[in-house]
Amino acid sequence: MKTPIYLDNHATTRMDPRVLDAMLPYFTEIFGNPASRNHSFGWEAEKAVEAARKQIADLIGATSKEIIFTSGATESNNLAIKGVAEMYAEKGNHIITAATEHKAVLDTCKKLEKHGCRVTYLPLQSNGLIDLDMLRQAITDKTILVSIMYANNEIGVLQPIAEIGRICKERGVLFHSDGVQAVGKVPVNVIADNIDLLSLTGHKIYGPKGCGALYVRRKGPRVQITAQIDGGGHERGMRSGTLNVPNIVGLGAACAIAQKEMAEESKRVKFLRDKLKTTLESELDEVYINGSMEHRLPNNLNMSFAYVEGESLLMGINDIAVSSGSACTSATLEPSYVLKALGMGDDLAHSSIRFGIGRFNTEEEIDYVAERMVTVVRKLRDLSPLYEMAKEGIDLSKVVWAGESH
Amino acid sequence: MAYSDKVLDHYNHPRNVGSLDKSDPTVGTGMVGAPECGDVMKLQLKVNDHSGVIEDAKFKTFGCGSAIASSSLATEWLMGKTVNEALQIKNTAIVQELALPPVKIHCSVLAEDAIKAAISDYKQKQTSRQRETATA
Repeated sequence: MKTPIYLDNHATTRMDPRVLDAMLPYFTEIFGNPASRNHSFGWEAEKAVEAARKQIADLIGATSKEIIFTSGATESNNLAIKGVAEMYAEKGNHIITAATEHKAVLDTCKKLEKHGCRVTYLPLQSNGLIDLDMLRQAITDKTILVSIMYANNEIGVLQPIAEIGRICKERGVLFHSDGVQAVGKVPVNVIADNIDLLSLTGHKIYGPKGCGALYVRRKGPRVQITAQIDGGGHERGMRSGTLNVPNIVGLGAACAIAQKEMAEESKRVKFLRDKLKTTLESELDEVYINGSMEHRLPNNLNMSFAYVEGESLLMGINDIAVSSGSACTSATLEPSYVLKALGMGDDLAHSSIRFGIGRFNTEEEIDYVAERMVTVVRKLRDLSPLYEMAKEGIDLSKVVWAGESH
Repeated sequence: MAYSDKVLDHYNHPRNVGSLDKSDPTVGTGMVGAPECGDVMKLQLKVNDHSGVIEDAKFKTFGCGSAIASSSLATEWLMGKTVNEALQIKNTAIVQELALPPVKIHCSVLAEDAIKAAISDYKQKQTSRQRETATA
């Protein structure tokens, strides 16, 4: 077993060697521009791009013509939300999203608010799920778009996407979903789920960085979006720019592998995730799961280790790559807004660790991680005045704390 | 984030971890910070009745590695100093010794606050002790 161990697969994934093999010829031998319509170099490149488009479409139950290539999911989210807001401005100006969305959605919505849109940010239940009744009540005749992520990047919670899709369809509102964490990990089907726009990216599914896609529905209803990057009219006018052929081939290959191996792989990573969870829960007291276990990605575990601060925990397991919702690990010095949206106290948010298990993790690695976690949490609790107080029977929520640290 | 060797050393081998008897009149206890802010430091010192010198110091800290290192270092520095000398310990000296980056300066401030709080608790105990002796 080699260290460091990578267990941060929600941040990015290692490229599958099979994806790299598929990509390599397109850097050198087959280097044409797919927009070159009058020679074989262009035709070959176009053929590769269309094959990839089909592989992506197949994975999500779409058709090739509904796939628009982008630079990644941030661009896909921007294009979907801004593109709809601009295109349907005459119909309405109201967008509904949720408080735990990725910043690529939240910041896009905030920008649109400056340009006259009204945005509702739905609160979350303590298990991380949105309340469907609140969604129903939030929809008005001015609502043009609902944007709710498929699976959350911190807590892995899967939203009731099919129900949301049904509600949106009934009310005649477009439904966009950021599918970055879910596509390739759990079955996603844009028809069954009534999704009108879906963002996805290569690097979360063992494919290349800098390449993503946006699914844009063509039938029932035909969705139109205003381009955000203008130029040569590529991608049916929705996203100009010469296609990144090697990365697109890689994204396609990654989707094809995911489709073939998803069922087996999700079983395997779920087994590893559950083993890690069970070990930590049996060896340590006062650990808390953040978000629903029932509605969750098979590869995600997000836990708070009470009375221990997240960054100091990461420091103790420096041969393991995970991430924390602690303020100290964020640029803003604020604890995770996702965990806070679950109504969790800041103290437990500071104590949280996100484990993201992936295709290349082994059982040996998981056993090692569990053992290291237990050792370091115990060591830090021996150091923790809060753990000492809790063991003395002091109710920490009733203590008047002397000072503010920030 | 890269940590300095000294922060790593204090984190891996924290000095003087533990607790002293809070009710001992020669022990001063300082508890600063708040769980919501991600840092709580408990720092205790025990003063020799005859020499007035700090003969023991202990800490427990909930916080990042820099907060742990700052309080661990503080206990080292306290030992052997008189109470008045201990009051001269400045957070900037801790920053310098541990090579803390700007985002971690608050950890050193907290350590200085903890020292001051412990000494103030000790002095308060001494005053009430003298008062008791006077009335007896």
